[in-house]
Amino acid sequence: MKLPKITFWRLVFAVLMVAGLYSAFIRFYYGLGASTNLNDQFPWGIWIGFDILCGVGLAAGGFTLVAVVHIFNIERYKPILRPTILTAFLGYLLVIAALVFDLGLPYRVWHPLVMWNPHSVMFEVAWCVMLYTTVLALEFAPAVCEKFGWHFARKWLRTISVPIVIVGVILSTLHQSSLGSLYLIVPSKLYPLWYSPFMPVFFFISAICVGLAMTIFESWHSSRAFNTEMHHSLMAQIGRILAVVVATYLMLRFVDMRHRGVLDLLWIPRTETYFFWLEIGLFFTGMLLLTQRPVRQNPAALYASGLFVIFGFLANRLNISVTGMESAAGVHYIPKWTEITITLAIIALGFAIFRTAAKYLPVFEQKRSNDAVNQLDQQHLAEEEVHQPVCSV
Amino acid sequence: MSFAILYDSTMCVGCKACEEACAKKWGMPYNDQIAAEPRISAHKLTVVETHGERYSRKLCMHCEDPTCVSVCPVKAMQKTAQGPVVYDESRCFGCRYCMQACPFQVPAYEWHSANPRVKKCNMCIERQTKGEKTACTEACPTGATMCGQRDELIAEARRRLADKPGDYYQKIYGIKEAGGTSVLYLSAVPFAEIGLRTNLPNEPLPALTWRALSFVPDIATVGGTLMGGIWWITHRRDDVAQEESNGRKGDRA
Repeated sequence: MKLPKITFWRLVFAVLMVAGLYSAFIRFYYGLGASTNLNDQFPWGIWIGFDILCGVGLAAGGFTLVAVVHIFNIERYKPILRPTILTAFLGYLLVIAALVFDLGLPYRVWHPLVMWNPHSVMFEVAWCVMLYTTVLALEFAPAVCEKFGWHFARKWLRTISVPIVIVGVILSTLHQSSLGSLYLIVPSKLYPLWYSPFMPVFFFISAICVGLAMTIFESWHSSRAFNTEMHHSLMAQIGRILAVVVATYLMLRFVDMRHRGVLDLLWIPRTETYFFWLEIGLFFTGMLLLTQRPVRQNPAALYASGLFVIFGFLANRLNISVTGMESAAGVHYIPKWTEITITLAIIALGFAIFRTAAKYLPVFEQKRSNDAVNQLDQQHLAEEEVHQPVCSV
Repeated sequence: MSFAILYDSTMCVGCKACEEACAKKWGMPYNDQIAAEPRISAHKLTVVETHGERYSRKLCMHCEDPTCVSVCPVKAMQKTAQGPVVYDESRCFGCRYCMQACPFQVPAYEWHSANPRVKKCNMCIERQTKGEKTACTEACPTGATMCGQRDELIAEARRRLADKPGDYYQKIYGIKEAGGTSVLYLSAVPFAEIGLRTNLPNEPLPALTWRALSFVPDIATVGGTLMGGIWWITHRRDDVAQEESNGRKGDRA
């Protein structure tokens, strides 16, 4: 057997895996105190604030695009649907992995299945994670069936696809917004620049923003990694939509602040103010760039403006979970190295699984048609075309 | 009936006998080093704080409508009929939402255990149901901490405010804060000066999340109908196209 060639990224991956495994040992053998900088005043760190809040958000491309293609029947976006669903599915699996690290007693992760408290937002979150991960698995399953030629399963999946898609969109809506609802309970702890009774709505809208931005992000990286077409006209259109959604989101944030009477806080020189403007600045720059035609027409510039929106989103989630919670807690939280290595290892694992899956499964359009010829008999192929007209780009 | 604790900081001499009695009751170690720790933690469920020349005691407030009970996804926190809020470690899976959500920052975690549990005061429910006083009340040499029925303790507190108006800040902390608590405070100075949180809403906090959660069935049903409806409309043209290709001119509406 030939050994894999050592490349820069493979080396990075190996280092992150080793560091992650060592950190995992510290976490599970010595406990959360040894592996995190959390304490009684600051019980939630980046495993919640980044891995879970941001991870779920970054997976939002899945439900956004599924709704666009399957519910609104806008077929021209179909070529990028599968990579997006795969990202969302992996995103959720990795969120569950992060949860296993963060829970004090991870072997009891099943408790919410049998011990119910419908008054708890965390209960809703737990159920949304479980159910939506299942839905994403079912939404991605056709690619696996095609690869291995499981025609019966493929057909069966098609018959249940519409209800699955609808349930998936609703679960996502609930899950994205419920992450905002988690923070409704801390009016005296979360800094008023972020605390708002409308946090669930803001989490939902910003999830759509980042979902669209992630679609641009993935499309760019996939086209480079697999030499597939970037579907640039599609991406430029998504960029235009993204600009409108971000603009609406930002406007809503400021309108909400005006109604809550906290606009004065925007000019107070303190840490929260700076981080708030950083967040808004990132969103606004992304939005402004996307309104420019030359930016949308240039793939690299479009990708860069998508990144601004993604970083604005990350800043928002981290501001709510860390920056905005610090002053009330009376402590300053900086993640411990083990918290960071585990986070990076989880992300690296995500990239690696995505690459592997994209290589061996019919994820990208071009690959799909090749596989289809290899794997499916002619009759089935004809049937496929009646049900799912292959769209031209 | 509802058990409660009245803490009168004007009578407290800062001897920390309550801390020691509490540790003893839970079977936890107590020494000078632990006595010097300024905060509630997993091995110190009550603490006597020093604020200048005044003292203030911290312990679980046993809210009337507790935030921790509402946020716990597995019902590990329960408000008992007798008043104390108790923790069932067999249900807890360690999400620490109770710690994040508690407006008084009370629940503490066993951070250095590989099998950590949440720790907090249970108002000696096992002693009180037998008619005994809480360990801290029994140990208090000055009567600064006393336990009893909530309404009786409120009446007692009002009596003290009326009898010695010059000695007290004329309010009782815990009647309205976060919807009311089972631990009540009297103080000579405004409560913020003895380290109590005064930025809390007077309504119970669980209402804040329930307002959002109560929309869940609405989003599911209305959203499902809407999505299904949009799907039906947008896919009509596919049906028509298919029927046309089958040779039957589509006359479906």
